[in-house]
Amino acid sequence: MIQRLFIANRGEIALRIIRTAHRLGMTTILGASEADRQSWPARVADEVVIVGPAPSAQSYLSVDAVIAAAKAARADAIHPGYGFLSENAAFARAAAEAGIIFVGPDLSSLAAMGDKLMARKVGIEAGLPVVPGGEATDKDAALQRANETGFPVLLKAVSGGGGKGMKRVDRVEDLSHAIDMAMAEAQASFGDPRIYVERFIASGRHVEVQVLGDGESAIHLGTRDCSIQRRFQKLVEEAPAPAIPQEKRAAIEQAAVNLARHLRYRGAGTVEFLVDVTSFDFYFLEMNVRIQVEHPVTEEITGVDLVEQQLLVADGQRLSLTQDMVMPTGHAIEVRINAEDWAQGFRPSPGRATRADWPAGEGVRVDSHMGTGSEVPPFYDSLVGKLIVRGATRDEAVARLTAALDRLSIEGFATTTDLHRAIVRDPRFVAGGVDTRFFEGLARG
Amino acid sequence: MTIDLPLTPEDVNEIAAILDGSSYDRLDIRTSRLRLRVQRSDGGWTQQWSIAEDAGVEADIVAAAGAIVIEALPDGVEGIPAPLPGTFYRAPQPGAPPFVEVGDVVGPESVVGIVETMKLMNPVHAGCAGRVTAICVDNATMVDGGAVLMHVEPA
Repeated sequence: MIQRLFIANRGEIALRIIRTAHRLGMTTILGASEADRQSWPARVADEVVIVGPAPSAQSYLSVDAVIAAAKAARADAIHPGYGFLSENAAFARAAAEAGIIFVGPDLSSLAAMGDKLMARKVGIEAGLPVVPGGEATDKDAALQRANETGFPVLLKAVSGGGGKGMKRVDRVEDLSHAIDMAMAEAQASFGDPRIYVERFIASGRHVEVQVLGDGESAIHLGTRDCSIQRRFQKLVEEAPAPAIPQEKRAAIEQAAVNLARHLRYRGAGTVEFLVDVTSFDFYFLEMNVRIQVEHPVTEEITGVDLVEQQLLVADGQRLSLTQDMVMPTGHAIEVRINAEDWAQGFRPSPGRATRADWPAGEGVRVDSHMGTGSEVPPFYDSLVGKLIVRGATRDEAVARLTAALDRLSIEGFATTTDLHRAIVRDPRFVAGGVDTRFFEGLARG
Repeated sequence: MTIDLPLTPEDVNEIAAILDGSSYDRLDIRTSRLRLRVQRSDGGWTQQWSIAEDAGVEADIVAAAGAIVIEALPDGVEGIPAPLPGTFYRAPQPGAPPFVEVGDVVGPESVVGIVETMKLMNPVHAGCAGRVTAICVDNATMVDGGAVLMHVEPA
């Protein structure tokens, strides 16, 4: 059994992993940057190792620094969380060479899904439908692709995830500048400037399926709907995806399991689909081969601790769950509270929390590393916490979310709390089943 | 393995449930590492966490970002401020030519640089029209919000 677990991440997910690891009796070692040495996860980890200075390129994104720190700490296993090095095949390989278990899928799955172009190819091999598009190595190639598929197009980072480096382009004259920005973001976030071009599908829902595999068998834990996004950054996620006919939902879930089986997938993963709002036809987008930010909504309706499942499979155990044992009940919704001033174009708002009152009580879960006095450094992602609510029905979950948001109060920097108060009262959200254009139609103020 | 376990979300909700059936409005818990307050609010409950006081904490919090720095500008010159705190880049990507050089003429909408904050690339617009007379910050340098990045002699 894994005894010493190294956590190569920060923020709420580091704290989340520490909690489960402690429950399983593991000793936790947090690899933190200089900027995070006084953070909440650093306070509750059994040991803290400084992996480097504040900028993530020299700390959380440095394969050499993280592996050296994990070796020095005599770790048996590394949990990479999400973002940073979580889907980096070179990192997984370096861990294996150092004799440390990488809590994630095999190198073959990382290689197949880490690159979105390869993912498309493998998805097609597994029999999944995909959106038209392809790679663009330079501006001329991008322009040619865009002309083939027609505007608007979507630029995506080949190594991307989490909406970084993703741009919608409506007009040919905007393409050159958008490519510059997308390549710069892709380079900064993933160390790989390559992008590709895909037809932009205006009226779709973003539906994803949580899967678990042990290399032999694979199961799904139902759907999540993440259609409420702004510039491809998810704002609200819920499970199960509402208002989808049962047979269509089953087909989407089966497609996800087919892909996991095709890959002989080990660990927790998420298969993302674009779903047509009227026909419910679906297209495979990509597979995230890590724990997702929005994993708690699945945990809330299934009762399965996904981080625990990751650790057990990484430890070489077979899945103890079978498909029949997973019986989702009720409805769960998560909202992301970001340190951003949404009234000022979502401008990042680093600072120090002079007050952090999070809601509590029945059906309410908060995954956050933000206490009173906690710092939001300017170096990292703006997520300061996730408010998750559960109800017996979607209506009950929405009512609970409305009340919980009214009790949430963070002072010291701007947050997206008010935005979520507007979303949860929007009649389209209350009805359920919105598409990815929801945000554009949100009534302001 | 820590004896002083962090309280889990389930623990917090159990505390709230116990308080719900009582006449108490608030409970404070202090461990060696953390303080938690669970209190009544708007017909529900809130949780407030803080890290237990420690000499090291105050020292580090001084590094709070986001301070607006007002710098003196030479007469007849306008400053282009950083729109927010972050890392200033002069070019769209490593190895590419800078957006502007000293002597270039810019308009209010001209992009003169990028500030990377929380992994987002924020374009810096000149905000005024004129000729760039100085570039005050080196490439890839951390800047405060409002810090003057360049000087412009108005047209």
